[in-house]
Amino acid sequence: MADVTAFKAGVKPRNHIVYILTENPVSIVAIAGFAVIVFAAIFGPLVAPYDPLATNVAISLHPPSWDHWFGTDQLGRDVFSRVLVAARLDLMISVSAVALSFVIGATIGSAAGYFGGWTDRITGRVVDTIMAFPLFVLAMGIVAALGNTVENIIYATAIINVPFYARVARAEAAIRRTAGFVQAAKLSGNSDLRILATQVFPNALPPMAVQASLNMGWAILNAAGLSFIGLGVRPPTPEWGIMVAEGANFIISGEWWLAIFPGLALMLTVFTFNLLGDALRDIVDPRQRT
Amino acid sequence: MKSWARLRMVLGRVGQALPALFGVIVVTFILTRALPGDPAVYFAGPAADEASIQQIREALGLDRPLYEQFVYYLGDLASGNLGVSISTGQPVLEELARRLPASLELTLGALLLSLAIAIPMGVLAATNPGRPIDHICRVIATAGVSLPTFFTGIALVFVFYYLLGWSPAPIGRLDFAYLSPPPITGFYTIDALLDGDPETAMAAAGQLLLPMITLALFTLAPIARMTRGAMLQALGSDFIRTAKAAGLSQRVILIRYAFRNAMLPVITTLGMVFSFTLGANVLVEKVFAWPGIGSFAVDALVVSDYAAVQGFVLTMAMLFVLLNLLIDIAYTLIDPRIEANG
Repeated sequence: MADVTAFKAGVKPRNHIVYILTENPVSIVAIAGFAVIVFAAIFGPLVAPYDPLATNVAISLHPPSWDHWFGTDQLGRDVFSRVLVAARLDLMISVSAVALSFVIGATIGSAAGYFGGWTDRITGRVVDTIMAFPLFVLAMGIVAALGNTVENIIYATAIINVPFYARVARAEAAIRRTAGFVQAAKLSGNSDLRILATQVFPNALPPMAVQASLNMGWAILNAAGLSFIGLGVRPPTPEWGIMVAEGANFIISGEWWLAIFPGLALMLTVFTFNLLGDALRDIVDPRQRT
Repeated sequence: MKSWARLRMVLGRVGQALPALFGVIVVTFILTRALPGDPAVYFAGPAADEASIQQIREALGLDRPLYEQFVYYLGDLASGNLGVSISTGQPVLEELARRLPASLELTLGALLLSLAIAIPMGVLAATNPGRPIDHICRVIATAGVSLPTFFTGIALVFVFYYLLGWSPAPIGRLDFAYLSPPPITGFYTIDALLDGDPETAMAAAGQLLLPMITLALFTLAPIARMTRGAMLQALGSDFIRTAKAAGLSQRVILIRYAFRNAMLPVITTLGMVFSFTLGANVLVEKVFAWPGIGSFAVDALVVSDYAAVQGFVLTMAMLFVLLNLLIDIAYTLIDPRIEANG
């Protein structure tokens, strides 16, 4: 019993993070993977051995070799360089989408939770309506309506993710609207907006951050899925979804490297983000661990 | 009295689905009208001249105020008029109706397959926490949600068609060598069996297997995870301890007490799984050239066939609302607590 109290008193937040990381070695792998992805996104174009757009029909459809680690595609472009360079665009799309839905979801969600009443009812209706669609299908419809561009892929992915953030923000704001510190802030003459921004929202940030990192992988999958079916990114731009789509035409004749490598890059990226999200959730809220 | 209370609950569920349905219609209406520039130009197609555009504008009611257009839109929907697909020249409703059975056969087959694997897996993981089966379940659950469905599909085609030659070519529902069975349910495998033609049924099942596994792999993860969580919670509750203390057999405790209680939360979260499945369905259909409504919509998107795409979005959303309603009703009918309270 004494040990337990001593342990509780002695544990510091930093030690807790170290404990979580060392207790689950998978998290270390996830952080290493994350470092590789970020490196590829920032320095990819600099370190790529070949120009990802340079065609050379003389060496088209060559299998992986020492010169071309991931082989070459039907136009003789180096698949490794294309996979590496694509990281930036794929991450750019999903990070922008997640950031947008984070901001929109946080704003409408915490307003709904804090003010309640009509604000809550209207935002609740809007969120429910979005959730009444199969989300990927709604994204297809939005891109079809707004026009087939990369920006619209970002907007569509952002819109279908807003409900998740809005729900978390609403729940976090609703349990704090009558809390002591909120009432104290109100009594000392702060406006509602100020309280929302300085007292209520900061408390909602940790669960929102967990939601964002769990959501990242899904956003990448959605964006890549949209470009796989021919929306947004146009060839010859290197992007994982479109590379898998182009490579799919060669899979039944055995040229597997065209589709498999970009697909693996996509899969490992999503896997890394999902593992990171799980680790972050364990740090922020150990009770939710499954 | 009891059945009356249940009927009222079911009707209540139907009533709750109506706002969702209305919301879906409003959103698809907005999407139709949000087309950049003049929707009439898009609906008329690239070859239209000024007169035919004007004609379409009047036909669509685009020269009227927005609320009037919405009323027209509702009227069109009620009479099943979703416009004409410019890529095929056929009414969109007919196109969708003809392709829907193919999509449903794939989606429902995949869901049944993944339920059949995921639920036992989740139960095994929950009853052996910390053992290898639990870790395997956890890895599969995290890896499963990371899989891009279109990529798994292509990888499976490569392994099972190109390398091993076990699977037929990914060219749709049935090889050209076979005639499609007389349509009764629209599901080729069932129709062929009803027709007394096991050979065609086997061929259709062979074509169905790979896309079905692709889709099932994707939905496996969330269902297994949910089952495991719900099972752990049920097993940790007081009534299980009571049942153990009363000396009931392990089997009775596990199946009759824990499993039946654990299934309720799993059923409610199936709605989210459906949402993912219907979306992933589009990608899987594209990979396997499956002639369902998903690949129809993808083809339509590429040639800017807007009426077809909007019809598809509306159909999918209706299907999803309907599936959720069915889940809700099933839940109402299964949950014994509702009887006690009602």
